[in-house]
Amino acid sequence: MTYKVTIGLEIHAELKTNSKMFCSCKNDPDEKRPNYNICPICMAHPGTLPVANEAAIRKVIKTGLALNCEIARESKFDRKNYFYPDLPKGYQISQYDQPLCEKGFLQISDRMIGITRIHLEEDTGRLMHSAQEGRASSSADGRPDGESFSLVDYNRAGIPLMELVTEPDITSGKEAREFAQELQIILRYLDVSSADMEKGQMRVEVNISVSKTKKLGTKVEIKNLNSFRVVEKAVDFEIQRQTKLLDAGEKVVQETRGWHDKKEITFLQREKESAHDYRYFPEPDLPTLHLKEDYIIKIKSHMQELPDQKRERFEKEFGLDKDSIEFFVTNKDLSEYYEKVVSEFEEWTSEQEKAGAHVKASKLVANYLISDIKGLLVGKEFIETEFKITAENFAEFIKMIYKNEISSKVAKMVLVEMFNTGGDPSEIVLQNNWGQIKDVGELEKILKEVIEKNSKAVLEYKSGKKNALQFLVGQVMAKSRGTANPEKVSELFIKLLK
Amino acid sequence: MLSKEEVKHIADLSRLKLSEKEIELMQKDLSAVLDYFNLLKKIDTSKIKLETEKFVSTVNISHNFEDFDGLLGTRKDEAIHQSREVVEKLIQAFPDKKDDYIKVKAIL
Ligand SMILES: [Zn+2]
Repeated sequence: MTYKVTIGLEIHAELKTNSKMFCSCKNDPDEKRPNYNICPICMAHPGTLPVANEAAIRKVIKTGLALNCEIARESKFDRKNYFYPDLPKGYQISQYDQPLCEKGFLQISDRMIGITRIHLEEDTGRLMHSAQEGRASSSADGRPDGESFSLVDYNRAGIPLMELVTEPDITSGKEAREFAQELQIILRYLDVSSADMEKGQMRVEVNISVSKTKKLGTKVEIKNLNSFRVVEKAVDFEIQRQTKLLDAGEKVVQETRGWHDKKEITFLQREKESAHDYRYFPEPDLPTLHLKEDYIIKIKSHMQELPDQKRERFEKEFGLDKDSIEFFVTNKDLSEYYEKVVSEFEEWTSEQEKAGAHVKASKLVANYLISDIKGLLVGKEFIETEFKITAENFAEFIKMIYKNEISSKVAKMVLVEMFNTGGDPSEIVLQNNWGQIKDVGELEKILKEVIEKNSKAVLEYKSGKKNALQFLVGQVMAKSRGTANPEKVSELFIKLLK
Repeated sequence: MLSKEEVKHIADLSRLKLSEKEIELMQKDLSAVLDYFNLLKKIDTSKIKLETEKFVSTVNISHNFEDFDGLLGTRKDEAIHQSREVVEKLIQAFPDKKDDYIKVKAIL
């Protein structure tokens, strides 16, 4: 029997701003010194007054616009009350009934996923636990027995945090992962968040229910998912677990579960006590926000290109295939470099060959960046300021291939050299004597040598074996260290061996 | 009047430990407070709005940015370096600490 699977996501993202949400402390997710970026406001000392960070509000609205949301004309902050040591004030400033953005959607592979709301709040402090639950008396970390405590660092407390809630439109682990991945790209394109899941800058929570009938099943929450892969796996595991329970005639219990990385299973998590009795009320220290039309229009006019717009443009402008386009969409910095190289290349082409050259160069540049450069970077991120090859030199390199001035074998050697030294490609070719042999006499000399040493292959060729010619050409290429033009070599062989 | 269970629940949420006697006392006290608020709730406030402009002028928030104006009651996104002296005072105020961390009873 088939079950109806209903999934909604709650995604938090730390915003990339200079300062915290309600005070002027530095927003620095990389600060290692504990309790360094703190002040009387974010530490909740009496008599302090929070003032909202305009850039954070603007970034949430920008995200809302990108996700086709309605932007509130009037929005306010509320207090969400609970006691937990990661929360200095005893409440979190959040938004309850008047979020900044509502009713949007995001399309992922032909499906529309509705977005219920996006609101703005402040992040909590970071907790470190000294001893594992259930073995408080052990001394695995060298602490004396019984001394079990937690440490709190408030550098993160008060950092602007965006929360996005989707409609229950998702039906599989794959869709959940795709949604989260596309959202990450959008947040990065808009410069809203670094959205690094491993660093906790983007956190995904899943609400999932499985039901035999059209009616919704019992909602189970999965938390602490720290990568896209885990989001997909946890959802698929949970669908199976709940299906098995229902098949056996048992009931699914409403609960919060975590993900166990090693066992690859979800497990029951102990929850903060009475976590759902938050007693929200309007934050009296912050004025209502009035978001006027010209303010929103101004944000709209400052919008960066979105990933979907880029997909369309890269197909139209460069004629790349789907996989290459996806590579560039997910590697934004490299895609910007790519565009620079292609436009630099145009400088090398004459008016009459422009159109044809553009098509060919677009593909050539893409191929060299996607395979060779990616390989040379060995997993390291592309950072243009640290990358030694200038766009201009890269374009000249492509021109040399395009104009057949170097063979593809030499091209690979030149590229490695450029990558390591940042040198000019024509200089590199000249210095290493890698230019193509233009002198037919010199080439014939090499060919004759190869013919002499490979009489077996020559005989095979003469008896009609085409592969033998490939072998002979290969020998010449090796002997010339790639500086011969393979087409010319093969032509010459055919002439010589007639 | 509030039930004993309601008072216990509120006390739990506030991390307060109340004796039986205190619970009884609170039943009366809290109920009186709530009654008073219920009285206040009867006032029709639908036509009264907290005006952001008044609020802003009262608390004296600057809101004129060169690059992005137009959002009253907010501040420009500028990080201001905290003096070490202030930060140290804040850390000194922690009820218990280890290095520069605040130390609390083990949780979860
Ligand atoms: Zn602060």
